[in-house]
Amino acid sequence: EKADPQKTAFLLRKAWTLYSVTPLYRFRRARLREYARLLGAFIAAEKQKGLAVEVGVELDIKVALSSLADLRGSELDQAALLVQLSSRSRASSRNSEDKPVWSGWFCSVFGDDLSKNVPENFTCLPLFLTHGAESYTSLVGSWFQKTFDCCFRRLAISPLNLSWMVAMWAGCKLDRAASAVELVFSVPRLSQPLDISYAIHPEDAKALWDTVQKTPGEITQEEVDVFMDCLYAHFHRHFKIHLSAAKLVKVSTAVASAHCDGIVKILQSQYLPGVLMLLTELAISQIQ
Amino acid sequence: HLASSLPLPSERDHLRPRIDLIVFMIDITSKYSLKNVETSLAYVDASFFLGKVCFLVTGVGRVNACSIETNAVCKLGDTYCSPVLFCELELEGTRIATAQRLVRMLGICAGHIRGVSALSFVSLMRKSDDD
Repeated sequence: EKADPQKTAFLLRKAWTLYSVTPLYRFRRARLREYARLLGAFIAAEKQKGLAVEVGVELDIKVALSSLADLRGSELDQAALLVQLSSRSRASSRNSEDKPVWSGWFCSVFGDDLSKNVPENFTCLPLFLTHGAESYTSLVGSWFQKTFDCCFRRLAISPLNLSWMVAMWAGCKLDRAASAVELVFSVPRLSQPLDISYAIHPEDAKALWDTVQKTPGEITQEEVDVFMDCLYAHFHRHFKIHLSAAKLVKVSTAVASAHCDGIVKILQSQYLPGVLMLLTELAISQIQ
Repeated sequence: HLASSLPLPSERDHLRPRIDLIVFMIDITSKYSLKNVETSLAYVDASFFLGKVCFLVTGVGRVNACSIETNAVCKLGDTYCSPVLFCELELEGTRIATAQRLVRMLGICAGHIRGVSALSFVSLMRKSDDD
């Protein structure tokens, strides 16, 4: 299913912080306007209480909730839900535009593993992505938790999953010139932390993956291991350092980049569904 | 006796006491440690695999720092008919419990416990559907 590139353009080239969300109880798509109003009131009330999010400037926060019907894997998935917070300074004129201040979206791409086991009245949107101040994220999160009895958890990405991602994305075919494939490692147990950045020419990385992958469209753990072992061996030959003993903390390719703290940036719209499917899977395994 | 890899240096062979148990330590955050253990296994005499070898996987408390699939380690245990223990060294409770377990295993392997030998571990490793 291809999402309309114009509608999803705002998702690209932004750093999204990832969370896993348990199913929402009694969420009704028809009541989005009402939810937006309630969330806006909640944020205003919290600000009154003194939990100010912006110091100095008086800001009215406007909330908009919308559905992104195209952003899903199959008909079994719920359509994505977008939450946008924008501000209009009280000092400026009435015609001034709203400035987007924070956005977050819930989605599920091929998340049937979760949704098939869940009773009625529950809406499954296990992946939550946010962009903007952490204070707004916790306000929005608290409101959703109170209203729909769900639970948010930061989604960390293990080195094992990061290596899966870099192998998958390095092998993607791209029309224009791709940026380098980069792996960042952090070396533990040193008196001063050391980061090693390993950049590989994208064509070399893709050529390596093509020799490793046996069945197009299918990836196995063995293939990912062979790919990574080749990269480690090459590095060891030149620098006598065993990268396999270090911790892989970030991977970057022309398709997307991911950091172990659960931060992702998607750069290519054609691979958006694939990336979201992988992230949905990670979110679901964190929930279960 | 602690070693970072096998084989042990041959110069000290004559000074070394009998080895009763070999514990291979695998750090779940380091792929390198798994590779190191896999290469070291080749230097172990076959007689040790009758209950005198065990694998100890550490760092299992940090799920988000996994660089190794647990399946891969369990498969290693199956291939070499040796038990796989999981432990988190940073937590005092499990560290002590694991140490006590290893000492008990060592006692059996060294023949200090009457009526039980290292071979008992091998029979415990066999799955019920083998019988």
